[in-house]
Amino acid sequence: MNARLIWRKSMNVTMLSLTGLCALLTVSALFFILGYLMWNGGKDLSWNFFTRLPAPVGEVGGGMANAIVGSLKLLLLAALMGVPIGLLGGVYLAEFGGRTVPFLVRYTADLLNGVPSIVIGIFAYALVVMPMHHFSTLAGGFALGIMVIPTVLRNTESFLRDVPSALREGSFALGANKWKMVATVVLPAASRGILTGVLLALARVAGETAPLLFTAFGNRYWSPGWMQPTSSLPVIIYTYATGPYEDWHRQAWAAGLVLLGLVLVTNILVRTFLSGGTSFERS
Amino acid sequence: MATSPNAATPADLTWSPRALLRRMRSADEIAHLVTFVAAATLLLITVLLVYQLWVLSAEARTKFGWSFFVTKIWDPVAGDFGALPFIYGTLVTSAVALVIAVPLGVGGAIFLAELAPPKLSSSLTFVSDLLAAVPSVIYGLLGVFLLVPIMRTTVQPALKKTLGFLPLFQGPAYGIGFLTAGIVLAVMIVPFVLSVSREVLLAVARDQREAALALGATKWESTWKVVVPAARIGIFGSVFLALARALGETMAVTMVVGNNPRIAASLFSPGYSIAAVLANEFSEATGNLYLSALIELGLVLFLLTFVLNGLARILIVVTTARGSGVLPT
Repeated sequence: MNARLIWRKSMNVTMLSLTGLCALLTVSALFFILGYLMWNGGKDLSWNFFTRLPAPVGEVGGGMANAIVGSLKLLLLAALMGVPIGLLGGVYLAEFGGRTVPFLVRYTADLLNGVPSIVIGIFAYALVVMPMHHFSTLAGGFALGIMVIPTVLRNTESFLRDVPSALREGSFALGANKWKMVATVVLPAASRGILTGVLLALARVAGETAPLLFTAFGNRYWSPGWMQPTSSLPVIIYTYATGPYEDWHRQAWAAGLVLLGLVLVTNILVRTFLSGGTSFERS
Repeated sequence: MATSPNAATPADLTWSPRALLRRMRSADEIAHLVTFVAAATLLLITVLLVYQLWVLSAEARTKFGWSFFVTKIWDPVAGDFGALPFIYGTLVTSAVALVIAVPLGVGGAIFLAELAPPKLSSSLTFVSDLLAAVPSVIYGLLGVFLLVPIMRTTVQPALKKTLGFLPLFQGPAYGIGFLTAGIVLAVMIVPFVLSVSREVLLAVARDQREAALALGATKWESTWKVVVPAARIGIFGSVFLALARALGETMAVTMVVGNNPRIAASLFSPGYSIAAVLANEFSEATGNLYLSALIELGLVLFLLTFVLNGLARILIVVTTARGSGVLPT
């Protein structure tokens, strides 16, 4: 009996420490990734990196200004397309919808969210690139915009639902009609949560490479307007990392550090300052 | 539901003229319509996505039929297209990823849900969520320059020495290949397993734990024999979800899998995956049949993840009864 008790107790301690080790290993991966990127990419970051065009192969120096601007343009397009549709759709689900349609939309949104990003790229290729017969910033922005919609929609809905119904009733009691109630009472009350969702969705697509490979493609120079192929940070990291030149590899590390820094800083700021401060706790 | 009944509150009736009331009602209708159109756009996009994949893959589907899925040859020059090496590679890399990620993720989730003090648990979950936000091309970058050399010089020779009698660990150590891609994928999906499993474990009623402890079970026994079984359906859900992610993951796999359409038992062998072949060949595909075969691969990938995600969501909804609101996005 005693031996069995000792066995059970030692089993207890061993397994529980193992679970702790699992958690520790998982979490330490982030610090390792960040540290390794800083170590490798930090030394190649310079003012030129942010202001110059890529140097021709074999020439030292040069930067990624066109990729940074390209990424920003793509994100702008994605936001212009994805945020209004996602936001209004979320309002419909939470405030106007009946039973069947919202269920269908919710389920579809979750499925669309799980579609591999490369398949979204094929879709954007079929819908935008094929009719236009060339790659463009527009097509890339369209692909990213599609990826933004389901996240923003589901997030908006869930934050709207967390707004206490007393606020809605109060606004009705004051004589507001429904759209006025939604626009002036419910949406402002949920605005921090909604903004969180929007920013996290944009941070996520900012790092997407696969849907841009055959929509925005790439460009060694500036991309004027919206109808030309454009360079972007994730795609240039991929091209440079898989390319044959030592200099490209160093630039890829630097670009990786910039991209990871942007994504992580956005995530940390948004998660700590916005979502932590909502007045209605998410359960 | 076309008009909101609330537009006609008594307050309106008493002081406002009929015209104003009508105008307000129609404003509600407009708002309803506009938001409905936005929601319907999402449905439209999804339907259109499926339609496009189906129509654009028509040429390959009619030419190859079901044999597309069992043909091993991928020769764009000769016009022979078979999906088997890609499907095989996708499944093998994802399986390797699951074998590594599920114990790690579930173990970590047990620690976070059952053992860690709430503050520690929430900050570790925060870090794990950040890990899920790291772009996949970053994983690819680390894979190419850090993991591949380590695999070639250290891990693969060591595996060959100890487990070399298994066909899984034979052949030359290139560094790239199924095993390396699987390891990179594992790191990428662990945060998903971890955070969803944690949610599911936390949803198990407190009484269950207390009852087990009151019967004299140790903490581990109460966790492993009571809490985990109660949450197992949801944990399966988290695994499916992670599997769907792994199957569709593109960049990290493309960068380390070796990009060689071949079927080999050894995990050291370079291979290919559906997503990787799309990333590499789509923009250079010449000819309609080539493009159509690639799009059919995209359709296969879409259907695979579609089914898995659907299953995962049902399983998670069943256990947490909270819907997919808990899923990380």
